[in-house]
Amino acid sequence: MGVFRGGPEGAAVADHDVSRRDFIKVTTTIVGGAIAAGLGVPAIVYQLDPAFKAGAKEGWVPVGKVADMQIGTPYPFFFTLVQVNGWERTSTGHGGFALRQSEDPNDILVLNSRCTHLACTVNWDAEAQEYICPCHDAVFSKEGAVLSGPPPRPLDQYSPFRVTDAGELEVFF
Amino acid sequence: MWKRIYEWLDERLDLRGLYKNTLDRPEPKGNWWNTLGSATLFLFIVQVATGIFLATYYTPSPDHAYDSITYIMTDVRFGWLIRGIHHWAATLMVILVFVHMVRVFATASFKYPRELTWLIGMGLLLLTFLMGFTGYLLPWTQRSYWATTVGTQIAGTVPFIGPFILKVLRGGTDLSALTLQRFFSAHIWMLPVALGALIAVHIYLIARQGESYWPRKED
Repeated sequence: MGVFRGGPEGAAVADHDVSRRDFIKVTTTIVGGAIAAGLGVPAIVYQLDPAFKAGAKEGWVPVGKVADMQIGTPYPFFFTLVQVNGWERTSTGHGGFALRQSEDPNDILVLNSRCTHLACTVNWDAEAQEYICPCHDAVFSKEGAVLSGPPPRPLDQYSPFRVTDAGELEVFF
Repeated sequence: MWKRIYEWLDERLDLRGLYKNTLDRPEPKGNWWNTLGSATLFLFIVQVATGIFLATYYTPSPDHAYDSITYIMTDVRFGWLIRGIHHWAATLMVILVFVHMVRVFATASFKYPRELTWLIGMGLLLLTFLMGFTGYLLPWTQRSYWATTVGTQIAGTVPFIGPFILKVLRGGTDLSALTLQRFFSAHIWMLPVALGALIAVHIYLIARQGESYWPRKED
């Protein structure tokens, strides 16, 4: 019959304690268990993988040269951050105003232009010397204090910030 | 304690009878060639398991399909293993169902009373090929893109209804996001559900009729 041969006869040999049937059962259980564990454990780790990963990267972001900022005048800046979530890149825009308060290059108020009410972006009104939010008419002073409108607290500040040796203002974000 | 739980369950589920009829049923004669169907079933279960895991990270959009698979392969722990198993088990499954079919043909096991098992097996063979065909597109690589272009084009050469079939397969005249989406839904829902249902009937028939005897010289 060539290729298609039957297996050996299944009788247990007299001087063996384990019958063929029991041997098959035990072997199947062990091999099956090994396969299930070998596949199951990596599968669980695979499934839980994002939970083991560190959160979004933080770092120093340069926003402008201190030499370009006039004392007493808010200096607007913008930067975009690219976040990689799995296979997708999301870029988010951020902005603010750097206000030098004296000759000391470290004496800077770095305000976040995000309105503390509902997160619209406030604009600097040079004539009125105020930040005005276009959404709900919130008004902030040059230093970020609430003058009128619905915001619950003053403008947030970027903190910490630093001035590099090259004279660059950087915020930690 | 465990014995009592087992007794309680057995009284209601007839576990002993189930075991006897599935794993302890009499076989004509032990033979490795008779294990091919079980091996295929094992691979099907592996494919379902790894496929479900892959769906956690894979996204069927032309913009992100390739990126999400790159992510699985490089960034997710054991992602290479899960996808590797899915990839190779798929290849092996196509080979195994074919060898299984050749065995059944060579031993004339398709004859009375097992014609239905054979016909359902043909359905399973076809569904397995379709699983391979639809799964091939999902990585959205150049190779999978052009393989699907050619494959659907071939289906489009059917007389009269060819263009209609082509549009049904591609979800339009060209390969697009619609093609990827419908191949994905076919690959993870329609085909596996059909496969599972046919496998259930296939196995029921085998359990009911038993394995066929190996043909003897005088047959």
